[in-house]
Amino acid sequence: MKLPWGAATPLLLAALAGTTWASSAHNTDPQSNTNATNGTEGNSGLTSLPIVTWKWHHVEQPYLMALWVLVCWLCKLVFELNHKLTATIPESALLIFIGFVLGGMIWGADKAQTFTLTPVTFFYYLLPQIILDAGYFMPNKLFFGNMGAILTYAILGTVWNAVTVGLSLWGVYLGGIMGDLKINLLEFMLFGSLLSAVDPVAVLAVFEEVHVNEVLFILVFGESLLNDGVTVVLYNVCDAFVTLGADRINAVEIIKGIVSFLVVAFGGALVGVVFAVLLSLLTRCTKNIQIIEPGFIFIVSYLSYLTAEMLSLSSILAITFCGVCCQKYVNANMAESSVTTVRYAMKVFANGSETIIFVFLGISAIDPEIWVWNTAFILLTLVFVLVYRIIGVFALTWILNRFRLIPLEIIDQVVLSYGGLRGAVAYALAFMLDGNKVREKNLMISTTLIVVYFTVVLQGVTMKPLVTWLKVKRTSKTEVSLIEKLQNRAFDHILIAIEDISGQIGHNYMREKWNKFEEKWLRPILMKSSARKKQDQLFNVFHQLNLKDAMSYVTEGERCGSLAFVRSENNVNLDFKKKLASDISDIMPDINSDSSDTGPYTIPMTCIMQDNVPTVCLDVEEDMRGKSMRDTENINTHHVLQMHLYKARKQHRHRYSRKEMGLNKDENEVQEIFQRTMRNRLESFKSTKMGVTQSKKIKPAKKDQIPNGKHKTHSFEDADFSDDNVFSSDFAGGVASGGGGPTRLSIRSGGGIENPAFMPDVDHASPLHTPPWSAVVDDGVAPSQRAQVQLPWSPSNASRLTPLRISTRSNDSFILADRPTAQGEQPPPSQPKSTPK
Amino acid sequence: MGSSNSTLSKIPNLGRLIEETGFTPAHIKRLYKRFQALDKGNKGYLSPQDFGSVKELATNPIGDRIIGAFFSQGQETVDFHSFVRILAHFRPLDKNRAKRPDSPEPINSRISKLRFAFQLYDQDNDGKISRDELLQVLRTMLEMQVTEEQLESIADRTIQEADLDGDNAISFDEFRKVNADTFLRIPSPVTPSQITVWLIVL
Repeated sequence: MKLPWGAATPLLLAALAGTTWASSAHNTDPQSNTNATNGTEGNSGLTSLPIVTWKWHHVEQPYLMALWVLVCWLCKLVFELNHKLTATIPESALLIFIGFVLGGMIWGADKAQTFTLTPVTFFYYLLPQIILDAGYFMPNKLFFGNMGAILTYAILGTVWNAVTVGLSLWGVYLGGIMGDLKINLLEFMLFGSLLSAVDPVAVLAVFEEVHVNEVLFILVFGESLLNDGVTVVLYNVCDAFVTLGADRINAVEIIKGIVSFLVVAFGGALVGVVFAVLLSLLTRCTKNIQIIEPGFIFIVSYLSYLTAEMLSLSSILAITFCGVCCQKYVNANMAESSVTTVRYAMKVFANGSETIIFVFLGISAIDPEIWVWNTAFILLTLVFVLVYRIIGVFALTWILNRFRLIPLEIIDQVVLSYGGLRGAVAYALAFMLDGNKVREKNLMISTTLIVVYFTVVLQGVTMKPLVTWLKVKRTSKTEVSLIEKLQNRAFDHILIAIEDISGQIGHNYMREKWNKFEEKWLRPILMKSSARKKQDQLFNVFHQLNLKDAMSYVTEGERCGSLAFVRSENNVNLDFKKKLASDISDIMPDINSDSSDTGPYTIPMTCIMQDNVPTVCLDVEEDMRGKSMRDTENINTHHVLQMHLYKARKQHRHRYSRKEMGLNKDENEVQEIFQRTMRNRLESFKSTKMGVTQSKKIKPAKKDQIPNGKHKTHSFEDADFSDDNVFSSDFAGGVASGGGGPTRLSIRSGGGIENPAFMPDVDHASPLHTPPWSAVVDDGVAPSQRAQVQLPWSPSNASRLTPLRISTRSNDSFILADRPTAQGEQPPPSQPKSTPK
Repeated sequence: MGSSNSTLSKIPNLGRLIEETGFTPAHIKRLYKRFQALDKGNKGYLSPQDFGSVKELATNPIGDRIIGAFFSQGQETVDFHSFVRILAHFRPLDKNRAKRPDSPEPINSRISKLRFAFQLYDQDNDGKISRDELLQVLRTMLEMQVTEEQLESIADRTIQEADLDGDNAISFDEFRKVNADTFLRIPSPVTPSQITVWLIVL
C-alpha cells in the first residue's frame, strides 16, 4: 500500500489544490479573487496584447467536474492495486473512507464543505446510468421467473420498512427518550420512507464480489432495483402529505396517496416499456449509421428517465424497464461491434458514477453543519432499520414459500435480510428534504448518513465472511456447453409437456404462452428479419463456442509464428471434414478445427494441401472455396500485409473518418490508381516481352512455383519461398518496374501502390490481367491455372478484406507479401518440414 | 371431504401408490380427475390418442417422445398407476424424507429424473445416445432453419463435449456427469418441483 499511496498522494493533492483554490474564489478569499481578476476580468483594461491569459473562471465548472471524476477514479485505481485489501473490504466502503479523507482535506482548506453530493447531480447525472446498466444486463429469464418474489419484496417489503420504522420511531419519540425534537408523525413517516429502500448501488457493489447463487442474487438485486422506484414514490407521497399538513389528511387523501403510488410506479414502468419499444424499432434501421448506433441506447434510455420524471412518474422504474425490455431486441438488431461498445460504455458509465457516488458520500460527511447528534434517535433508527428488515424478509418469505417451488432456505433469508444496504438514494432523498417544512432536516441527514455508513461499511465488510460461514450456495462458474444448453431446452419442453398432461397451468405454461406470443407478434415488429433468424439460443451457444475456437485458433497460429499452424502432417477424415467445412463455414469458420483428432490446429484444407497428388489438389480447389479457409487466410494475410507491405503508404489507406472505422474505400481513388497501374503494367509487359534477360529469370521462378500454385498458392505458409527469394524478388520487380534493373528497395516502395490497384475491379481486370501472364511465361501452366483459380474467388466476396486477399493472390504482390514473412517471421523450426517437394 | 374420499376409494391400491410415488392423497385425487378427463370413453387406461387430445402437446417439439415415455415398450395403454408413477418423476426432491438405507431409489431422485430425460433421447433403448438419435432431437428442437450439415456439426460437437470414452455416443454415465448440475442451474420456478406446488394451489 506504501507505493500506491506515494504515487497517488501528489496527484490527489494537486487535484485538491485546484479545487479548493477554485472554491475559495467563491468565498471571500481576497488573494484568489485578485488572482482571478488579474486573469479574466482584467482583459477590459487591456494595454497590450496578452499572449497567454489565465482564464480559470472560463473553465471552472467543467474543469472541476472533470477533476473530480478523475480524482474519484484515481481512488479506485489506487485500491485496485492492492488485491488483498479489496478482497476483505468491499470497494464501496473503501471509497467512502477515501471520501472522508478528501472531505477532511477540503474542509481543512476551506473551513466549509464546498462539495457535496447534490440531489440534482445524483438523480440526473449519476443514478440513471447505474440503473440502466443494471436493467440492461439483467438476466431476463431469472428476473421474470422470480418476478413475483421480487415484486413482493420490493413493494410490500419497502412499504413495511417505511411504515414500521416511521411508526416505531414515532412511538419511541412519544415515549420521550429522544428528548425535545420537532418532528411529527408525518415527518417520521417521511423519514421512514426515505430510509426504506435497499440501495442497488451499494447492494451491487457488495454482492458482485460475493458470488451467491443466482436466485438469491436476482432477489436481492431485483428488489433493490425496483424498490428504489418504490421508495421515491413513497417519499413523494409522504412529502406531499407533510406539505398538506396533518389536519387536511383524511381517508380520501390516503386513498389518493395509495392510488398515486400505484399509478406512479406502474406508470413509470410503462413509460420504460414504451421507450424500450421505440428503441428497439430505432435500432432496426440504424444499419447505415453504425458509429452512433450505441449512442441511441444511452440517449433514448436517458430520455425515458427524463420523460418519466417530467410526468412525475417513477423515473427509476422507467429506465429499469427500458433496459430490461430492450436488451434482447437491441442486441439482436445492432451490429456485433455496437453491442460490444454499448456493453463497455455502459459499464464505464455505471462503474464511474458508482465510484463518484461513494466518494462523495464520504466527502459529504465531513461537514459539521449537517451533524446534529441525537444518540437515541440515531441508534434507534439503526436498530429499527435492521430489525424490521429482518422481520420483513422473514415474514414475506414465509408467505412466498407457500407458493414457491423451491422455498427459500433460512440461510438465504438471512443473507437477504443482511443484504439490506442503504445507500446514496436515501442520502439524496434526505438531502432533498425541505428545511422549511421539516425542521429537523439535519438530524435526518446525519442519521441517514450513519445508517448508510453502517450498512455499507459494516454489513458490506461482514457479508463475505457471513456468506462463507453460512455456506450459502454459490454460483458455480462453468463454461457454456452445448449439451447443457440442449438439456436445459429439452427439460423446458418436458416440463411444459408434463404440465400439459397433468392439466395444470404453471409457470412453464405461462412462459411458453408468452414465448409463443413474443415470437409471433413482438419479434417481427421489433427485430430485424436478419437478426430474427439467429435467435435460437442453442444455436447461439454453438456459434459462440465456434467463435471462441476460431479466436484461440488464430491466436495460437500467430503465436507459432506466421501460419505454420495451418499445415499439418496428418491426413485425417479428409472427405468428411472437407465437406463439412465448406458447407458450414458460412456461419462458423473453423468449426472442425478441434473436432479433428490431430489436435486443435488441424483444419481440413491443410490436410488436402499437404496431399501431393496434383489432381486431387486441383479438384479440391473447388470445394475449398469455403469461406473458413479464406477467413483465416484473410485475417492472417491482413496481418502480414499490415506488418510488411503498406507501411510506406499507410496514410493513404487509413483515412480518418467519423462515419466508419474500416479501411478507406474511396472508389474513385482506387479506380484511378488501378487504371494507372494497369497502363503501367501493360507497358511493362510489352517491355518484358522484348527484354530477354528478364523472362529468362522468370521462367525458373515459375517452374519452382508450380507445386505451390497447385497448393492453392497458399503463399505465406510455404517457407521454401525463402529459397526462391532471389527469383521472387527479381521476378516481381521485373513486372512491377517494367524491366528496369530491379532492386529490393524499389520493389518495396512500389508494392504499396501496386497492390491496392488490383482490388475492386479484379473481375473485369482479369481479362487484361491474365493474358499477359500466360504470355510472359510461355511454358508456365501454373500462372494461368492460378489465375483461373483465383477468378471465382474475387467477385463473390468484396468485403473490406478483399483488397488484401486479392492482392495476395495476384502473383507479384503475393511474392512481395510473402518475402518478408518468409525471411523474418518464420520461426526456424518450421522451415525444415515446410518444403513440400 | 366426503367426495374426496369417494374419489380416492375408487383408486385401487391407493396406499401402495402413495408409498411408491410420494404424492399426497390430494395430489392423487387431482391426478385421478385429470386421468379421467383424458380418458375418453372411460376405458380405465389411456391410449396415445388420448394424449393427442392435449392440443398443446402437438406444438411441443418433443411432445411425441414424452407421450412415448408414458408407454412401456410395446404397450399401447397406460393405466392410472403407471401414469402417476411417470408423473412422480417430476416431484421435487424431498429433503426431510427419512433416508432409509434399505429403501429403493425414490422415483423422483435426481438420477431417475435424468434417466427419464435420457430415455427421451435414447429411442432404441441401447443405453447410449448415438449421433443419429441426437440428430433427431436436435432437428425437432432447433427453431430456426438449420441446414443438415449445421445440425450434424452441432451434434458432433455436443457428443464430443460429453463423450468421455470416445465411442462417439453418450452413455447414461456420461450424460449424468455432464448434467450434474443442470438442475441446480435451472432457476427455481422452472425446476421440476413446480409440479407439486401447483398441485397444491390448484
